[in-house]
Amino acid sequence: MEKVNVKNLHKYFDKLEVLKGIDLIIEEGEVVCLIGPSGSGKSTFLRCLNQLEETTLGEVIIDGQSLTNKNNNINKLRETIGMVFQQFNLFPHLTAAENIMLAPIQLKRMTKQEAARRAKELLEMVGLSEKYDEYPANLSGGQQQRVAIARALAMNPDIMLFDEPTSALDPEMVGEVLNVMKKLAKDGMTMVVVTHEMGFAREVADRVIFMDEGVIVEQGKPDQVFGNPQNERTQNFLNMVL
Amino acid sequence: MSFFELFQQSLPAFLKGMGVTLQMTFFALLIAIVLGMFVCLLRISNFKILNIIASIYVDIIRGTPLLAQAFFLYFGLTAALGFQISNKNAGIIVLALNAGAYLSEIFRSGINAVNKGQMEAARSLGLTYAKAMSKVILPQAIRIVIPSVMNQFIITLKDTTIISVIGAQELMKAANIIAARTYRSFDVYAMIAILYFIVIFTLTKISEYIERRLSNGKGKR
Repeated sequence: MEKVNVKNLHKYFDKLEVLKGIDLIIEEGEVVCLIGPSGSGKSTFLRCLNQLEETTLGEVIIDGQSLTNKNNNINKLRETIGMVFQQFNLFPHLTAAENIMLAPIQLKRMTKQEAARRAKELLEMVGLSEKYDEYPANLSGGQQQRVAIARALAMNPDIMLFDEPTSALDPEMVGEVLNVMKKLAKDGMTMVVVTHEMGFAREVADRVIFMDEGVIVEQGKPDQVFGNPQNERTQNFLNMVL
Repeated sequence: MSFFELFQQSLPAFLKGMGVTLQMTFFALLIAIVLGMFVCLLRISNFKILNIIASIYVDIIRGTPLLAQAFFLYFGLTAALGFQISNKNAGIIVLALNAGAYLSEIFRSGINAVNKGQMEAARSLGLTYAKAMSKVILPQAIRIVIPSVMNQFIITLKDTTIISVIGAQELMKAANIIAARTYRSFDVYAMIAILYFIVIFTLTKISEYIERRLSNGKGKR
């Protein structure tokens, strides 16, 4: 079933066109990894999917609802789209549990007790039960990112966006975050991941998309894109990073 | 008359003056906080006209001396518009308008100092702009601005001395009267300097205590 449908997406920052017409359909349960050189527009594209970046032209439809239609309630639509950031962006004045509980309580999806129970479950899932009452400042980068994933999951989203989730981490912490993401993928979560972790993309992705200069240059199964890239730009990029 | 006898004799007048000083400071700051927040919201809103109105207000207050503002309001405006206002109330209004402008800038800088990613994370969860502001941005911004806000409180307290020129019976005015009567300028002004210092020093210590309480363990950045 079709989960995400992006039609002719263009994005300008002032006069600079960073996305030059992107069309993409993502199926439910699909794990899509976006790779490409920096400045290729992959993060911008991801941020257009939940409209943190307003699109200049084109349409983004998730679950049949247009996010680019100004008449739709964007806040309501965002509740079902989880996002994880490169810099974690945990709320520093709240504990790990409070970070997770904030949105479900504020958006009246849960009572305080339910939210606390859910926070406990989610922290367990990411392997951080014992950090329930810790403030973000007392957590390592990897732990913070796992709490951030738990926070994004608290609203029970059916699609998760990851914006270079391991790029700000020390190397020894990358694995713990990727493992949580693998678990999510295995449970059938629809995921769009901007990443430089080629190993992760190769192992977990159902589809790898190579972007450069604001367009999708090449896409396909990981084996296909990594093993036998067709486009010269893809070949050059992979030669540099692999 | 010794220093201490003079002090004893003047103390009732000093205390009464200090009472007026503190009262004016308190009400001026109360108004200024609300005004400052309001102007800050205008300043960060997406409406150009509101931005401009807010910045004109801030620029006028910052660009003119408090003394001139006091004269303008108390003598100028009342004469031009033909109404009466007590000098104490005029003082409160001037101090509030003044502190409000500076506080709005302090609040704005506090909000801007919160990482942009915080707003994005909050919005990505589905929180409205207002909810994201009140639950995520402002709690952090408040912590950031407490030292500057406390500083502004103290400045406003000191600025009450300027209000003595429009006749409000605060501590400075009380001292002027006693000094003129006794010809003991050195002693009298030394006395009120000490009184101001005691009050301001105490306030500073209280503000340091609040700062420490807020940053202790809880949500260090």
